[in-house]
Amino acid sequence: MATVVLLACTGLGLGALYFLIASGLSLIFGLMDVLNLAHGALLSVGAYATWWGAAQAGLNYWLALAFGTAFGTVAAVVLELVLIRPLYTRPRDQILATVGVGLAVPALLMGIWGGDARPFPQPESLAGTVHIAGAAVPVNRFVLIGAAALVLVALRLFLARTRYGLIVRAGVEDRAMVTALGVDVRKAFTLVFAIGGAAAALGGGLAALYFGSVNPGQGANLLIFAFVVVVMGGMGSVAGAAAAAVAVGLVQQFANYYTADGLGDLAVVALLAVLVLARPRELTGRLA
Amino acid sequence: MSTVTSSTPPTPAVPSPSPPSSATGAPARTARIALLRWWPLALFGVLAVLPYGTVRVPGLLDGPVGSPGSLQLLALCLVFGGLATSYDLLLGRTGLLSFGHALYFAAGLYFTDLAMLEWRLPLASAALVGIGGAAVLSVLLGAVSLRVTGIGFAMVTLAFAQAGAILVQRNPGGVTGGEEGRAAPSDLLPGSLIGIENTPNLYWIALAYLALTLAVVHWTSSSPTGRVWAGIRENERRVEVLGLRPYGFKLVALAVAGTLAGVGGVVYLLLTGGATPQAAGSDTTLSLLVMVVLGGSGTRWGPVLGGVLYTWAAHRLGDLANSSAIADLPGVLRVPLSQPLFLLGSLFVGVVYLLPGGLAKLSSRWRPIRGGLTA
Repeated sequence: MATVVLLACTGLGLGALYFLIASGLSLIFGLMDVLNLAHGALLSVGAYATWWGAAQAGLNYWLALAFGTAFGTVAAVVLELVLIRPLYTRPRDQILATVGVGLAVPALLMGIWGGDARPFPQPESLAGTVHIAGAAVPVNRFVLIGAAALVLVALRLFLARTRYGLIVRAGVEDRAMVTALGVDVRKAFTLVFAIGGAAAALGGGLAALYFGSVNPGQGANLLIFAFVVVVMGGMGSVAGAAAAAVAVGLVQQFANYYTADGLGDLAVVALLAVLVLARPRELTGRLA
Repeated sequence: MSTVTSSTPPTPAVPSPSPPSSATGAPARTARIALLRWWPLALFGVLAVLPYGTVRVPGLLDGPVGSPGSLQLLALCLVFGGLATSYDLLLGRTGLLSFGHALYFAAGLYFTDLAMLEWRLPLASAALVGIGGAAVLSVLLGAVSLRVTGIGFAMVTLAFAQAGAILVQRNPGGVTGGEEGRAAPSDLLPGSLIGIENTPNLYWIALAYLALTLAVVHWTSSSPTGRVWAGIRENERRVEVLGLRPYGFKLVALAVAGTLAGVGGVVYLLLTGGATPQAAGSDTTLSLLVMVVLGGSGTRWGPVLGGVLYTWAAHRLGDLANSSAIADLPGVLRVPLSQPLFLLGSLFVGVVYLLPGGLAKLSSRWRPIRGGLTA
């Protein structure tokens, strides 16, 4: 029982991480049709900025996390304004440009701080464990789950209750129509990129806590599972991404523990293949 | 788009022809057209005799052209030129954005290596196992991933490729050798393919592989199936309206490209003498994408050009990073310049921006300017 609880909490924590990356990816894709392959780079930027704040500048963890998230948000806005916007009429080139950024940014991080993993200082307040049903679960798992839940609620409220949320939802449904009604969708693009970048950078800062270290390749590794989550959740859907993230995180943890190590990652891909075979139509559905 | 059937070479290998004038008669013009048509053969002829070359190309290569080190690098360039060409069958000819091409390359590489190591098969049979494995895998995974279209397809292929990369890394049953990979057994390889003095043979194999991919891609894309591929790339819905099912045609494209990548894996195995997990990583697929776009997607010579340039640059930039010229620079300049991937990534973004269509389009962009100057 204790093992099951521990695995479930760890799986949910991992799922929370996937959700933080996938929610932004899903929104960006839903609204702009851009497959953002630089999203992993944004996560790495957030992770390194948080690490820099905590380990180099001596901030406490929460301040460092806020700094990392803000830094990642700015990076995402710059990426959108400088690279994505001029290529607005060339959708495939937008994807290719993000590929270039996805290659260059981790390489730059590696050039500055080296390719080896840097240990992340664990804050005192989050170093302990919580006992649930006989299992000692590290506190940081709950931090991740809490952060993801907050982001989910905030995103739902933003999409459902605000004017910009309305524009984003309408844009996901039919971008041409929104433009025809005289709404400047490009502002919504920048906004969605900022939200996605913030969520990814927050995910980066939390991933540093979860894994206990930062390395340049972290973002790219997590990105691939985030893609799986986005496809499973139905592209453009935040709620779908949340459900899929939980499923992927749990499947991965349980399969990794009860079968051979590494089989969990394969099980996730097998699950994706089954879904693609069983109901390909629903996977390309668009509902914010 | 006219790029499909375009027979205009991106870079004229013959001395640049003078602008057309009424003075040159018809025979001279046909002779020139014949020259233009046959220049690839001349190029391959030159490439074939390179191992006998003693010319030094300072800056481009370390030793003389015919030295084993240079030949090894040139052969790698040719292999990646061929791989990029096979990838372009999907990207440029059929319009499929696949992120799983490295998987078939790795399949050819690992299946061949493991067939020799585990089953003690001779090279020829092992190569058949490897190529067959890559072909079967591309059909199976293609049949699944083609159920979703567009970006969904890209993501699903990426997931499959990642699964393959993880499988190789985790070293199931000690078969794949994990992080370190496994060296090919030298006792099962023919003697003429082992040893530094036999590098020319490997180079010729790489050259033959490039010629093979170019021929297959050219032949298939000018066949009736290839016309449908071009149709799918331009407008898939229209192809459906014409009463054809794109699914089958796309699957054929995936199978052909996957098999060619598998052959590339075998050549790469011979060239590097072993299988390493980097071949299966998503970085390999992304580099193939970069090569194709750099050179010019959908053109005959663009992917080759991109593959050769990228591979050469990736190796030479690595040397540059370790050179003293870089080490003495201040940190702001030294750090970015010491990372080949950073330079290549930035270069790629630049090409996407400033040179849509890649390097292959460069000559057609310059032609009007040149014509305007000489007119």
